[in-house]
Amino acid sequence: MLRYIASRGLRALITIFLVLSFAFVILRLSGDPALLILSPDAPPEALEAFRKGWGLDAPLWRQYLGYFLNIAEGNFGQSMRDGRPAIDLVLERIPATLAITLPAFALKLLIGVPAGIFAALHRNSLIDRLVMSLSVAGYTIPSFVLGLVLVLVFAVNLGWLPSGGYTSPWHAVLPIVTLGLGGAAILARFTRSAMLEVLGQPYIRTASAKGLIWRRVVTSHALPNAAIPTVTIIGFMVGSLIAGAVVVESVFSWPGVGRLLVSAVANRDLAVVQAILLLVAACMVTSNLVVDALYGWIDPRLRSGRTVKAGG
Amino acid sequence: MSTLDFVGLQPGAATVRGFAPAVAKPIAAQGSGDALVRIAGLTVAFDDGKRHVPVLHGIDLEIRRGETIGIVGESGCGKSVTWLAALRLLGKRARIGGTVSLDGQPMHDFSDAAMARIRGKQIAMIFQDPASSLNPVHRIGRQLAESISLHRGLTGQAARAEALRLLDRVHIPNPGQRLSAYPHELSGGMNQRVMIAMALAGEPDLLVADEPTTALDATIQAQILDLLREIRQDSGMALALISHDLGVIADICDRVMVMYAGRVVEAADSRALFATPGHPYTQGLLAALPDLDAPHRRLEAIAGTVPEPGKLPGGCSFRLRCPHADADCAAEVPGLGHIDKAHQVACLKADSL
Repeated sequence: MLRYIASRGLRALITIFLVLSFAFVILRLSGDPALLILSPDAPPEALEAFRKGWGLDAPLWRQYLGYFLNIAEGNFGQSMRDGRPAIDLVLERIPATLAITLPAFALKLLIGVPAGIFAALHRNSLIDRLVMSLSVAGYTIPSFVLGLVLVLVFAVNLGWLPSGGYTSPWHAVLPIVTLGLGGAAILARFTRSAMLEVLGQPYIRTASAKGLIWRRVVTSHALPNAAIPTVTIIGFMVGSLIAGAVVVESVFSWPGVGRLLVSAVANRDLAVVQAILLLVAACMVTSNLVVDALYGWIDPRLRSGRTVKAGG
Repeated sequence: MSTLDFVGLQPGAATVRGFAPAVAKPIAAQGSGDALVRIAGLTVAFDDGKRHVPVLHGIDLEIRRGETIGIVGESGCGKSVTWLAALRLLGKRARIGGTVSLDGQPMHDFSDAAMARIRGKQIAMIFQDPASSLNPVHRIGRQLAESISLHRGLTGQAARAEALRLLDRVHIPNPGQRLSAYPHELSGGMNQRVMIAMALAGEPDLLVADEPTTALDATIQAQILDLLREIRQDSGMALALISHDLGVIADICDRVMVMYAGRVVEAADSRALFATPGHPYTQGLLAALPDLDAPHRRLEAIAGTVPEPGKLPGGCSFRLRCPHADADCAAEVPGLGHIDKAHQVACLKADSL
């Protein structure tokens, strides 16, 4: 078990390293921060001084090495725009992001999982078809379209809710609903297919044949098995709590990590983009680790170590 | 699995003619009051969304207390469906007709809750693939205890003690250790023993064993059959053994029913069936068995393949594969008729074969 965790941890670190390396190279190939932050019309000496000041004149391999050495010391670089530590800029945006992604996550679970279970239990019924149509609609409609439609209906036409900004809790409602509905649609579909798969298994028939009433067959035999694939997708949703709201935050002018990412990329504020990506990769990798651990807990077949093989 | 439609008795589910009595009584119907389970005119059709595909065309059978009957036939002939239908385990797409009665009580009157009380308690069932018939995420002990508390009201230490006794009863070594094992940690044979132990938890009057040895190695097969025979002798419960293997059936059954394409084509005492098979299909099955004592010969296969449900030929379903078929066989479905006191055959040519 310890070896399992160690190997998983090592793989997680490698993943993060690859993400950062990739981002490092792409960011430096895609434009000169000096031109973007100062302006193309700035005097060449100023541009040169800017590049020198941020170490952009050094060979790429040296910058790369320096970047990782700094990370190892806990230094994630400074924002090229205002010189503040990049990590501080990112961290101060996290509460705003979580203020919409956490409630949205709860909404996904509360709507998606029960809807999926219900649809599977009433397969091919009217309700199943309704749930599945909504689900298809929910995840084919891009979140910026859904967000704009909600703004049009609830802010512009009805005037019940503000269309953007962050000055009151009411401002969070539309972003939360936009994020939550899309995720609920995905989750409903996953949960339904997981349930259908499980309901067709021989052990479900066994559970009925041993005399359990249907409700108990579902609760104590079908649900624990259907949880296994569903946990994967929920894990992804947990991993995207920090950076899953880029589009929605932009649509609703919500001051979270997502909007910071958009503006940092636009400005080639390298250190900030890299700090965000590090955070996002760490979240994703961590949630995957947690999912793996949960798997072992839910599905005994994946637990290694203790095996009591018996013949005959 | 909540609502199955029992559409009532299907009259004339089996057309009877010629030598047969007016209504072909399932054999061993003498003193029918002691029938534990009686199935009459059982039909099943599956609704595939567009149409109903019939898979059972009127099954009659009776099991008395303590009796062992074998139900034999190829895959898809309806031998398992018969029992899944009787226990209402087929799901919503199945349309079921005919009557199934337990101790004289027609079961289609029973509510879903009443059916649940019958399952496992009066009629238990074990299945073909023991490894996937047990829930992979629950320990053996928990799955056993579930049955024990359901049917016997025992919980906690009492249920554990009973679970240990049952595992011991089915000759599982180290039962204490096995209680905390998961199904994937046990072999197929062990899992089938666990299934049998679970079935015994309700002390049922009838155990339906649906191809209990098909997924197992030959040596394990023999052990499981020995176990079933032993338990039956000790407990006096009736056993319905479903198999495609005539050898398995010959071994332990008092009576045998041969099914083909959703109908019973022959029913007889084991001895009579194996000595003088009456139906060309049964004769073909027996000819396809190797005889260990006789000199080597080529095994004979039955020509052709089983027709798909919904695409049966008119008349006798077997006629296209039958060496004795003629124009008469296409005219109508032959009903079961007696060729002997305890031997029924559904074949127009039964007298002349």
